[in-house]
Amino acid sequence: MTGLSVADVLDLLGAFLVLVGCFLCFAAALGLLRFPDVVSRMHAATKPQTLGLIVLAAGVEVSLRSWASFGTLVLVAAFQLATAPVSAHLVGRTVYRTDQVRHELLVRDDLARDLEAAGFRLGPAPEDEQGPDAAEGDDRRLS
Amino acid sequence: MSPVQVAVLVMVGIGAVLLVAAASMTVARMARGPSSLDRVVAADVLVAVVIATLAAEAIVNDHTTTLPIMLVLSLLGFAGAVSIARFVAERDKAVRWEDPGTRPKDGAQ
Repeated sequence: MTGLSVADVLDLLGAFLVLVGCFLCFAAALGLLRFPDVVSRMHAATKPQTLGLIVLAAGVEVSLRSWASFGTLVLVAAFQLATAPVSAHLVGRTVYRTDQVRHELLVRDDLARDLEAAGFRLGPAPEDEQGPDAAEGDDRRLS
Repeated sequence: MSPVQVAVLVMVGIGAVLLVAAASMTVARMARGPSSLDRVVAADVLVAVVIATLAAEAIVNDHTTTLPIMLVLSLLGFAGAVSIARFVAERDKAVRWEDPGTRPKDGAQ
């Protein structure tokens, strides 16, 4: 064997890109397991959903090298980029409204300032009123 | 089997090990919760892991059969999170901020 052909280099590049995507999935799962509250877990979860998926799609396209798969993979990335913010927005909104944010971990809370400016005010301490789901949490407390 | 094919298989194999670990940790988070929103976020990550698995499989076997499945998963993966987020918002009434419209009048407490 005397050196690599273009196809070989592209195959290796595609496999490497898929490996990077798999590593992003792994990092997200690790963050999901280790991070302390829902908002920081969402931060970890978005890595494979956008960057990871784009890297994976690029890797598959570099390996397959056909226009049909290129069209499908562009659609995969585009749909994911269009739908991931929708779910992230709704989950984040629900997290804030049902008070599952650990406020002592926040550096700044712009939404609280804006809510206060709009006439909303802090309700009674919501810690006591949460459902059984939130009460049983073992890692909601500082450890 | 050429050295390049071996290298590709090794890299995708390492990726597969990472994906198995990722799926296990995601399922662990789904099992532990503690809130249903944690489980929803974990389910989103699990969908991403499944898409990554399909991509790795497409590279190893050099076919495009799984690409439409990736398409459907990336298009519909958000539906579960949206519906459960709405459902939880209806059920958990632990609001921290009181709307000025629903606030009881002064002295009515």
